[in-house]
Amino acid sequence: MIPAAFDYVRPQSVEEACSALADAGDEAKVLAGGQSLLPLLRLRLAYPTALVDVGRLAELQGIRDESDHVFIGSMATHYDVVRSPLINAECPLVAMATATVADPAVRHRGTFGGSLAHADPAGDLPAVALALDCTFVVRSGSGEREIPAADFFVDYLEPALSPEEILLGVRVPKLGPGWGYHYEKFHRTAQSWAIVGVAAAVRRSNGSIEEARIGLTNMASIPVRARAAETALRGVAITPAVPGETNGGADPVRDACGDAAADTSPPADLHAQPDYRRHLARVLTHRAVLTAARA
Amino acid sequence: MTEVGRARRRKEDARLVTGRTRWTDNIQLPGMLYVAFLRSPMAHARIIRVDTGAAAAQPGVVAVFSGRDFADEQGSLPCAWPVTEDLVVPDHPPMAVSEVRYVGEAVACVVATDRYKAADALSAIEIDYEPLPAVLDMTEALTEASPRVHEAGNKAFTWRFAGGDIEAAFDGAPVVVERTYVQQRLIPSAMEPRAVVATPDGEGFTVYSATQIPHILRVMLAMTTGIPEHRLRVVAPDVGGGFGSKLQVTAEEVLTLLITRRLGRPVKWTESRSEGNLTVHHGRDQLQRVAVAAELDGRIRGVKVDLLADMGAYLMLVTPGVPLLGAFMYNGIYKMDAYDFACTGVFTTKMPTDAYRGAGRPEATYALERLIDELAAEVGLDPLELRRRNWIKHEEFPYTTIAGLTYDSGNYEAATDRAMTLFGYDKLRAEQADRRDRRDPVQLGIGTSTYTEMCGLAPSRVLGSLAYGAGGWEHAGVRMLPTGKVEVVTGSTAHGQGHATAWSQIVADALGVPFDDVAVLHGDTAVASRGMDTYGSRSLTVGGIAVLQACEKVKEKARQVAAHMMEASADDVEYTAGAFRVRGTGTARTIQEIALAVFAAHDLPDGFEPALDADATYDPANFSFPHGTHLCAIEVDTETGASRIRSYVAVDDVGKVVNPLIVEGQVHGGLAQGIAQALFEEAVYDSEGNLLTTTMTDYLLPSAADLPEFVTDRTETPATSNPLGVKGVGEAGTIASTPAVVNAIVDALRPYGVHDVRMPCTPERVWRALNGGAA
Repeated sequence: MIPAAFDYVRPQSVEEACSALADAGDEAKVLAGGQSLLPLLRLRLAYPTALVDVGRLAELQGIRDESDHVFIGSMATHYDVVRSPLINAECPLVAMATATVADPAVRHRGTFGGSLAHADPAGDLPAVALALDCTFVVRSGSGEREIPAADFFVDYLEPALSPEEILLGVRVPKLGPGWGYHYEKFHRTAQSWAIVGVAAAVRRSNGSIEEARIGLTNMASIPVRARAAETALRGVAITPAVPGETNGGADPVRDACGDAAADTSPPADLHAQPDYRRHLARVLTHRAVLTAARA
Repeated sequence: MTEVGRARRRKEDARLVTGRTRWTDNIQLPGMLYVAFLRSPMAHARIIRVDTGAAAAQPGVVAVFSGRDFADEQGSLPCAWPVTEDLVVPDHPPMAVSEVRYVGEAVACVVATDRYKAADALSAIEIDYEPLPAVLDMTEALTEASPRVHEAGNKAFTWRFAGGDIEAAFDGAPVVVERTYVQQRLIPSAMEPRAVVATPDGEGFTVYSATQIPHILRVMLAMTTGIPEHRLRVVAPDVGGGFGSKLQVTAEEVLTLLITRRLGRPVKWTESRSEGNLTVHHGRDQLQRVAVAAELDGRIRGVKVDLLADMGAYLMLVTPGVPLLGAFMYNGIYKMDAYDFACTGVFTTKMPTDAYRGAGRPEATYALERLIDELAAEVGLDPLELRRRNWIKHEEFPYTTIAGLTYDSGNYEAATDRAMTLFGYDKLRAEQADRRDRRDPVQLGIGTSTYTEMCGLAPSRVLGSLAYGAGGWEHAGVRMLPTGKVEVVTGSTAHGQGHATAWSQIVADALGVPFDDVAVLHGDTAVASRGMDTYGSRSLTVGGIAVLQACEKVKEKARQVAAHMMEASADDVEYTAGAFRVRGTGTARTIQEIALAVFAAHDLPDGFEPALDADATYDPANFSFPHGTHLCAIEVDTETGASRIRSYVAVDDVGKVVNPLIVEGQVHGGLAQGIAQALFEEAVYDSEGNLLTTTMTDYLLPSAADLPEFVTDRTETPATSNPLGVKGVGEAGTIASTPAVVNAIVDALRPYGVHDVRMPCTPERVWRALNGGAA
């Protein structure tokens, strides 16, 4: 790796980190697990003047049970998240999506908070945070504030963080009983980004869908909710109830997912054109919702 | 138990996997400088002005050079394969002087005290370009109206070859199937990036390079730079793979040497992966128009091939010869009355192409095996039954094909029968029929590939007849040391193949010495002075035979000494189990005892030179012809277009096997690479000639997680053209697997009216094919 020169700061506390960021100005970057930032440095696509390494700050570690939600410290690694019994019990969608992130090496170094603060719409976690209505807790020298997931992703690689703010962690609401989850990721190789991903949480009652929350990965410059499909799915019977069953040709869940790509603006790249991404969003939303509904 | 045939673990591996390695980039020399290259951002442009002043003033910068600084000494990068007399060979300066012709071409460089400073200073070099039109499409490039890559025009050559009466074969043929296939451009991705270290050394220079070809490189560096050959030493230290990409004389090798000569200090260059994607020579990139004429019963009358081959912007070491390596293979294993091959090499403003694993033969095999499946569909036969009706029967060997090659041996029936059994062919066909009947959204396709290849490159006289610039022999030296250990010097330079292990097995059997008593030396022109290096699945079939022959000579010498020591006639001395024995007596001398006696030289036969060693140079009499049957089952999700390989069976016949474990490894790696062409890899240039696939985010290489568990097996029909009966295995998996995979995908989609999907068969392309769009 031959990046341009930069200053390296390793603060001993979040407070120190905030002042280091304030001192360094606009061109400083927070270094967490480095799995997104280092490739940008290596390719000289980013030229930060300073890296503030928060990777070892104890205050940012840990996954805690906080009554109605789970708090995930921003420096919890993907591996920590995947292995956490608390997350698997209370917000399994987070673990499901995290298990699909890149490869084992990346999952051991990359962090939950770093991945979200990178705000890559092709990343797997932003759509999950959006679908679950997570809350982002951030701090700067002037204090702490909370940002709802719906406001956190401003634009491509642009989170609602000011240059001197640090993400402390994320509150993931416990949705409680009655919910099923699934993350459906479509990609060409195991290590590559999602062409399209669908994070689905579905609350069921008497064989029907009461509520569906659907986050879409890589369907716009930010993660988006498939609101039209969420609305259409309300009250729809879960059929076929088991895979392979036929239902006389009727397929209400699929029909309700027909608008899954509404209000999206998917990118065009070497792996897919927008029309194909829209098609995938419909097919994958159907699969994710049905799998979640049957879970 | 003999050593040959044992699944020995490689003796190289303990060192390699524990990091006791010597990669070129690990080499540190006192006073060493680092060079970084500035590369053209334009596909085609005139260089108007170069200003290196600001870069030269940056801290740590020792020198900044542009092409003009080397114009008088850099020569032209060599093309060693002038395939036709009228071949256009454009001047190819290692660093562009007045015009650039592809994105990535070196235009200037910074030499600094460390890599970081060198890289930092690149952005301070100012270059003004006058844009010229890019030339990107081969068909358009050949039109009158096309802008020119070089003054001489965009056509490099046309090469023709024919056998039989092709017009008669096609005229009135009941069935003719014509197809056009695109061999996409690939980027070889060896695990170790390229790296070069050049250093002044005594009266001359030593060049360390991550190369497959230290011997050829030495000759070519001498010819290109004018540095006398005897003042140049070339070392290939540990080399981490090549797949043909390091079968090259690169601009960076020449320039690093020239900078060292200019500055009198050691200089190192190591490419980044993105730099490699831009400037490692690319592979494939052909447009293949193929046609087959056949009878209604499927019997093939003839095959016609018309290729356009993208040379890129210049001709590199064997660029124009690559398609010719396939010219004799579009008939494959099939009998036919006529054959017609034409190939036109075309210049474009892209990175030059050159040899990449299989070099010409994967392209040929792909087009033929795809075409055979299309013919089977056309005449309504099972693809394997069609093949059976046309292939050379095992009792017909040796068989001279319509393309003029003599296949010495083969047994296509045995390999196919074995593969069908392992695959469960009939059962999978039944499942396929069931899924079709049920209109299952997940359809099943079965792909077949009954390939052969020509390898063991190559008889020198044949290479001469094809105008190749060198021979195809290989050298080996075998020497018994005084303590009875053995050193083998091989001209076949290993870069991951396991030569040290395989050669030790051959020597252990031939001389009757323990496997662990053999050391193999290679990759340094001061140690292994003669060689033709490693490519074209030639190491074992050519280099291995040279080792065997050198052993035979050593043994013959030892026999004379043994006879002398035991006071017997040499004719009465027989060699068994590592010792020479006088027939009918208990008297014996081990080869180790003889080695010590020769070293002492106290009492040797009259006129016997006190050295128990021998050299051998082997020039093969014929190519070798590995073959096999590969079967692939793929599930295609018709809703998303995704393909999943469900099972893959490879039954290869590579003749006698020296080390089954190494063969297995070669087959697995080859399959991965061939499948990667079918499903994942493609170098993409945009409409202005910028390479879009400069990182592994865009240029997709599969990992183990993306590949199925391979079922591999072998049949063993020994080659009759060499004493070991070996055929070579380095490229077989790559050659065979690409058509097997695409045949499977097309087979799955045939009920939907699809008869081709362009490679790589991405989910999007499959989906578009299913929805009536262009695939």
